[in-house]
Amino acid sequence: MSQTDTTVGGVEAPPTRDRSRPYWTSRRRDQLTGYLFIAPQLLGSAVFVILPLILVVWYSLHEWNVLAGTFEFVGSENYANLADDTNLGSVLRATGLFSVGLVVFNLGLALLLAVLLNQKLRGTIVFRTLFFSPVVVSLVAWTIVWGFLLQDNGGVNGLLDTVGVDGPNWLRGEGTAMFSVVVVQVFKNVGLNMVLFLAALQGVPAELYEAAEVDGASRLRQFWRITVPMISPTILLTSIITVVGSLQVFAQIAVLTQGGPGTSTTVLVYYLYQQAFQFHHFGYGATLSIVLFVIVLALTVLQWQMRKRWVHHES
Amino acid sequence: MSRELSRRTKLVLYGVLMVLAVPFVFPTWWMVTSSLKPVADIFAFPPKLLPVDAELDAYRRVFELQPFGQQYLNSLYIALVVTVGTLAVAALAGYAFARIRFRGQNVLFLVILAGLLIPSEVTIVPLFQMFFKLGLVDTHWPLILVPILGAPSVLATFIMRQFFISFPGELEEAARVDGLGRFATFWKIALPLSRPALGAVAIFTFLHSWNLYLEPIVFLSSPEKFTLPQALTQFVDAYGGPMWNVQLAAASMTALPVLVVFVIAQKQFVEGLAHTGLKG
Repeated sequence: MSQTDTTVGGVEAPPTRDRSRPYWTSRRRDQLTGYLFIAPQLLGSAVFVILPLILVVWYSLHEWNVLAGTFEFVGSENYANLADDTNLGSVLRATGLFSVGLVVFNLGLALLLAVLLNQKLRGTIVFRTLFFSPVVVSLVAWTIVWGFLLQDNGGVNGLLDTVGVDGPNWLRGEGTAMFSVVVVQVFKNVGLNMVLFLAALQGVPAELYEAAEVDGASRLRQFWRITVPMISPTILLTSIITVVGSLQVFAQIAVLTQGGPGTSTTVLVYYLYQQAFQFHHFGYGATLSIVLFVIVLALTVLQWQMRKRWVHHES
Repeated sequence: MSRELSRRTKLVLYGVLMVLAVPFVFPTWWMVTSSLKPVADIFAFPPKLLPVDAELDAYRRVFELQPFGQQYLNSLYIALVVTVGTLAVAALAGYAFARIRFRGQNVLFLVILAGLLIPSEVTIVPLFQMFFKLGLVDTHWPLILVPILGAPSVLATFIMRQFFISFPGELEEAARVDGLGRFATFWKIALPLSRPALGAVAIFTFLHSWNLYLEPIVFLSSPEKFTLPQALTQFVDAYGGPMWNVQLAAASMTALPVLVVFVIAQKQFVEGLAHTGLKG
């Protein structure tokens, strides 16, 4: 393409335009190619991301009943309903509990596994594969199996029984249901964070440890003073991914507890689904979507700000 | 941390790793073996690690109770179309943002990147209404179009852009000198060299589509159009109780394609993941 361009320019253009014209055409052609290349993604973002985001704000100001065929402007009524919604408090609490539990267990376990697998041991590849394997098992399949294991007469309680402990009915107990959902989710996905941590650990220069060793620093001290600061960009990245992911949890709740017992595991997305698609309160569902969006946005901004404080170096 | 460990430390470490591995490995192992057991044996304790009288009865009933073959094909073709589509969209856009200079580039990139901040759950209500008005509810279109063009492919575009940024410019120069246009340079030079990134994005995308649950249950209502995650939860008896052996048989079958893909591409996936993740 650009070859024809140059020849045409070189043959036909007068000397003064000889340099500028081919330059311009190829550059403009390049620009056009750029726009064409991004066109599908740009159009998709406009139609499937930006437009729905505007619509969700618009819908949140309306009462929409698809079954009855009504769509009326109600102003801030849906937002006033948020304040009156007696469930919302426990929904937000469940959402917060799930996120905090997931981040703490997930990052903690991922870091532990990564540190263990970063030792000079034979067979770490095998263990890495084992810890990673749940990531590739279908989410609903994994959840169904755990649902069985966590039943009152399931495998987990059977195991506890052999050591003389009478296990609770994990998924039906107010206190244990949320814990169970978190644990099931952690084992499913911790392998992803583990791999990211492992890569980060391998990037820490060995000389730092050698120097610390000479200074007589203990292993634990080396971990806190060298390892954690050196991999802090990865800690930030994984915590953002994990927090945002935790707010989107749905299938696990739907399969394991249906939000119960009571509303103890009804997280925001599950509540949104119930309101919009089970009770057909689309206007209120849209309002809940905005609540979710605001939370995700606030957390992302917050974490981004925090990086200045505790991320020691940026790659 | 590559210091030599004492023999004793090594033994302790192996012990800890083996104990830790149990909750990661046992559920999958148990899912597959139990699907081959008679129902009574599923509840036996201690669990039989291997089925004693292996039977395929549950596997037969999976196909009797639901159009499972059809559902399997639905999931498979949707995941494949979404993967190929996402690769095309993301590779083109990622390449353009990394290697081509055009006006408004940074603004447009930010507009697209905003998709990363907006979880698909936030837009599910308006998307449902849009597809409802177009008469596309209870078809596969929402499950194909939204992931390829919408928020899920933004991450793919971002990963591809990060990859193409570190791409050696001399190769492109050489291609230009040889008279290749932009698209030819992209297609013949850049794309073949971006296989690690493409591989990681492909597996990511396939997994995402294969696991999708909220969108199918929102958009689909006819069993013959269901995808696998949705179908798995439908194996219940007349009282709404789960039929465990049938569910486990069906669940085992859903693990198969992903396992095959993973075994083939594991190295590439893990490396691609670590690579792209760190650069983000």
